[in-house]
Amino acid sequence: MNEKVIMSGNEAIARGAYEAGVGFASAYPGTPSTEILENMPQYKDIDSRWANNEKVALEMACGAQAGGLRTLTCMKHVGLNVAADPLMTIAYIGTNGGMLVVTADDPGMHSSQNEQDNRYYSKLGKLIMLEPSDSQECKDFVKLGYELSEKYDLVVLLRVTTRVCHSKSIVTLEEPLPKQVKKYVTNVQKRAMLPAMAKVRHVVVEEQLAKVEEYANNCPINKAEYNDTKVGIITSGISYQHAKEVFGDTVSYLKLGLTNPMPAKLISEFCEKCDTINVIEEGEPFIETAVKALGYKCTGKDKITIQGELTAAIVQTSLTDKPLEEGYTVDIKAADRPPVLCAGCPHRGFFYSFTKFRDKVVALGDIGCYGLGVQTPFFGEEMCVCMGGGFSTTIGMAEALKAQGDSRKPMGFLGDSTFFHSGLTSLIDAVHVNSDVILCLLDNSITGMTGHQQNSGTEVNLMGKPVHRIDVVDMVMATGIDPERVHIVDPINQKEMDAALKYSIENEGLQVIVTRYPCALLKSVIKARGKKHCEIDADKCVGCKMCMKVACPSLAFKDGKAYIADVANCTGCGLCMQNCKVGAIKVVE
Amino acid sequence: MTKNVILVGVGGQGTILTTKVLSKGLVEMGYDVKMSEIHGMSQRGGTVVTQLRYGEKVYAPNIGDHEADMIVSFEKMEALRALPYLKKGGAMITDDREILSMPVLTGEQEYPEDCLDVLAKTVGNFTLVKAGEKAEELGNVKAQNICLLGALVTKLGIADKVDWKRIISETVPAKVVDVNLKAYEAGCAMA
Repeated sequence: MNEKVIMSGNEAIARGAYEAGVGFASAYPGTPSTEILENMPQYKDIDSRWANNEKVALEMACGAQAGGLRTLTCMKHVGLNVAADPLMTIAYIGTNGGMLVVTADDPGMHSSQNEQDNRYYSKLGKLIMLEPSDSQECKDFVKLGYELSEKYDLVVLLRVTTRVCHSKSIVTLEEPLPKQVKKYVTNVQKRAMLPAMAKVRHVVVEEQLAKVEEYANNCPINKAEYNDTKVGIITSGISYQHAKEVFGDTVSYLKLGLTNPMPAKLISEFCEKCDTINVIEEGEPFIETAVKALGYKCTGKDKITIQGELTAAIVQTSLTDKPLEEGYTVDIKAADRPPVLCAGCPHRGFFYSFTKFRDKVVALGDIGCYGLGVQTPFFGEEMCVCMGGGFSTTIGMAEALKAQGDSRKPMGFLGDSTFFHSGLTSLIDAVHVNSDVILCLLDNSITGMTGHQQNSGTEVNLMGKPVHRIDVVDMVMATGIDPERVHIVDPINQKEMDAALKYSIENEGLQVIVTRYPCALLKSVIKARGKKHCEIDADKCVGCKMCMKVACPSLAFKDGKAYIADVANCTGCGLCMQNCKVGAIKVVE
Repeated sequence: MTKNVILVGVGGQGTILTTKVLSKGLVEMGYDVKMSEIHGMSQRGGTVVTQLRYGEKVYAPNIGDHEADMIVSFEKMEALRALPYLKKGGAMITDDREILSMPVLTGEQEYPEDCLDVLAKTVGNFTLVKAGEKAEELGNVKAQNICLLGALVTKLGIADKVDWKRIISETVPAKVVDVNLKAYEAGCAMA
């Protein structure tokens, strides 16, 4: 052992769980956290599973840790909002087996709808918080986290950010512990959180946190590096790496790995020794506020932006007069290259059909690949909030439109995984009162955007075992909705798709459209397709550009003719062909 | 001295695999290596940027404006987009592949057809490597990435420091080892 390998932060977190003898891991996928659980199945001793949402994932883990297993639960930052309800109370229950919750924040919003700083959850939830700054620390902090969680009977929040999750650096592997199992002993006073018990537990939690603060003041992951003490920098997580990159050994550092409870004594010592203090942190003034509360002056968000992701260059220009290196400039500009719906994507059929009814609906979207429909040329989304919001927001919008005599019908859409996540409860509300809305369930048989994770609609689970597949249509019908209000269509087939939308607009009350067509990137779909693709007969093509309206990345137009520019990725779905009035496009095998 | 390398391309071109081979080799050479790749939405046909830093001790995993010593681009317009990363005196390797983006396909924006000429005139240390064309000639267009890797390690002066062919063989799928080794050799020769 002690082999050195290069690992992403996410891979290292998974490895850390394995080395710590974790027995149960659960998550709902979400960038940048997804690869943690995707890397789990290689560790056969860990029962790893995708849950339908983050709340369910956390509650399953709570059961497992109360029962005596070490557990890992992972989610993106906004996922923790979904799981916040159980988390706040699990903190009172404490642990039997160690419990570690990973929040993967996304400063810079590489793939998210906001850049909330989840460090605040550690205070709100009374959690021990650890902030690793590279892959080695990801692994080390996970292992330490289980020791702390069990020793202090508290839940540990491992807070990472996109740049930690998705950066690779060298990690030294160690031997794993055997699976840790603690005996389950009934303890109603500790675990049944009704007011009488919770009042007692809150006292215990505060006492335990005070003990952790003592530890935090004198622990291996909160450490001062003294160089010249004219300038002292207090930092945590990835910001430490940026600070070191800029200042090297010319200043002193207080690198905090355990940031809740905040090590007040250690911070005070450091501030006393240094002439001036700069806090370098991404996002909110979390450390800065703690330093100021102790009565020390420091720079913080007055110098370093609260927006986006930090780089060494931002730290350098914010805190020093040293200019950046010189670069090159040119007069020409690259065209934008936003991510697009793939060739053969079923959502393209849905959005293209939508463009034919644009004036009659208000389209409200959700989180997933179909979010890309917001762009040119579909402009198929007027609002996007959160998982499940695509359905629920329509219910309120319908009332608001009616109140102002706007005859348009709200049309919400979300995917199969999002439906299982939280769309189902929204659907039940709409069915219950027969809301005057169109709800479109875009079933592509997989969790798409995050890269094909299994969900309740798939036939195997994360561990590759066969499981009971739950059909989204069965779930819709189980609400008792009038079957005439449910329209199951092939979204690529524009006759079917258009008819369903037209009917849903023209008929009052709730209409549910389920589009069924698998993601074009599924291995089984690629295999079944073989060499099937479209061909355009240049002699027949009249250059009307009707095929280009479907905005397929495989299609291009040059010298007055459309052509298949990317034959390798054209799936021969035939959406473009349906728009060709002169029969120039055909599907060939 | 830390070296900063940026690989850019379009989702699906294999930039990430290239960086994987490169980082394995650099680790074998005894360097500290950090590599940063953002995945998520950008996979869906968008611009993909992978950043790699190596040296005795590397702290930050990402590379800012004017900080790159070397840019390798798998598509010519992406080379233009990545130019702000390059420091004065830095080197650029690019393929002449042209992949039209959606705003170009819909006619809302123009593809900068003259970008190779402009880049060649602006960047002193500029190398055009027709890796995609070579890979097609060798029978598998996907070997474009390993062809560019050959050009990259040659330009970095590390082609003979480790057995890159062995690392390629260990990293790419077994079925395509031969074509990738040929592509690697071709890339070395084109640098």
